[in-house]
Amino acid sequence: MNATSARTILICSGKGGVGKTTLTANLGIALARQGARTAVIDADFGLRNLDLLLGLENRIVYTAQEVLAGSCRLEQALVKHKQEPNLALLPAGNPRMLDWLKPEDMKTIAAQVGQQSDYVLIDCPAGVEGGFRNAAAAAEEAIVVTTPELSAVRDADRVIGLLNSQGIQPIQLVLNRVRPKMMANQEMLSVQDVTDILALPLLGLVLEDEQVIVSTNRGEPLTLEGHGAGSPAARAYINVARRLCGEDVPLVDPSKERSGLRAKLGRLISKNLF
Amino acid sequence: MTLRDLINRLLRREQASGETAKQRLQLVLAHDRSDLNPELLQRMRQEILEVVSRYVEIDVEEGEVSLETEDRVTALVANLPIKRARSLPLIPGLGDSDQSTADPLRRAS
Ligand SMILES: Nc1ncnc2c1ncn2[C@@H]1O[C@H](COP(=O)(O)OP(=O)(O)OP(=O)(O)O)[C@@H](O)[C@H]1O
Ligand SMILES: [Mg+2]
Repeated sequence: MNATSARTILICSGKGGVGKTTLTANLGIALARQGARTAVIDADFGLRNLDLLLGLENRIVYTAQEVLAGSCRLEQALVKHKQEPNLALLPAGNPRMLDWLKPEDMKTIAAQVGQQSDYVLIDCPAGVEGGFRNAAAAAEEAIVVTTPELSAVRDADRVIGLLNSQGIQPIQLVLNRVRPKMMANQEMLSVQDVTDILALPLLGLVLEDEQVIVSTNRGEPLTLEGHGAGSPAARAYINVARRLCGEDVPLVDPSKERSGLRAKLGRLISKNLF
Repeated sequence: MTLRDLINRLLRREQASGETAKQRLQLVLAHDRSDLNPELLQRMRQEILEVVSRYVEIDVEEGEVSLETEDRVTALVANLPIKRARSLPLIPGLGDSDQSTADPLRRAS
């Protein structure tokens, strides 16, 4: 086992509610399903939700708090996913931890988790204050999630500036909640607009998709086999995982895609898009 | 998009909101990234115009000093159309050999 092989990736956005936790859960499962030992760390100590999205909320015994205090071993705190044993969650501790938690603490936790993983995904809280700084300290690379909306892109820009100044590299972009129709009508920032402005490589495009909500209700990420396997967001998350692993999966700009029967047929044939 | 929106758009009465969003975003990010607020920029613009007008007669109405940003690099761009060079006496402390109509602040856009 190579102790230093883990890729530690921060999933952040600046603005709240743009899809960080949803991406962390789905990407975690997708990577695990590809055979990678994957750990997800809930660094949103104030408003933790990653346990819910993964359906693991009833199986938490210990958290990052006990690990840091030395009152339990890391293995005791890590919650293995039932269907996908390659994935483990390190739950967030009590919100009161925010009073004393330091960047060094997050580094310690992530380093420990990294010793037994290939991928460590850190679900970052919204904002650019302490919680963000703590989480960012532990990461080597980052995925910035944004939606094609003014405020989300502006906040993403601020976060990218901070990540740059911390030497976090590479930084890649996931554009979430894309509505192809609105983009085609130019009633929304286009994919090109966002990537031009933020000047980041695009790791994935996730469409607005009701199945995301259904899967959240169930606590079963879309990337788990069986549920919503054919849904656009599920495919998008799986493709993000594949690109992250270095696979060359083409991206299609939905604002440039023509609608109509021919396009629909084309889509049916190549289900790899997004 | 309603029919009315479509008609307005076709008649070019109104630009698509996506385009408006892009322009507003570019402007606000230029300010965010440089930490210059519009008021500071306005003051700087005023002073730049004053300095430049000492040397050359510029078209103040057409003059433009703005922040532009590309690939996360922000530049201060001054575009000041020159009417003509000032006659020397107006330039304080400048020798009589150095009269230039070149505009050092002008950059290709
Ligand atoms: N592609 C999508 N299609 C539809 N709904 C989505 C999509 N992505 C996220 N959502 C919904 O948006 C909401 C916010 O998502 P999520 O909790 O993942 O965001 P977050 O960035 O982690 O939020 P916070 O900043 O509060 O931690 C959820 O209700 C989620 O179901
Ligand atoms: Mg979240």
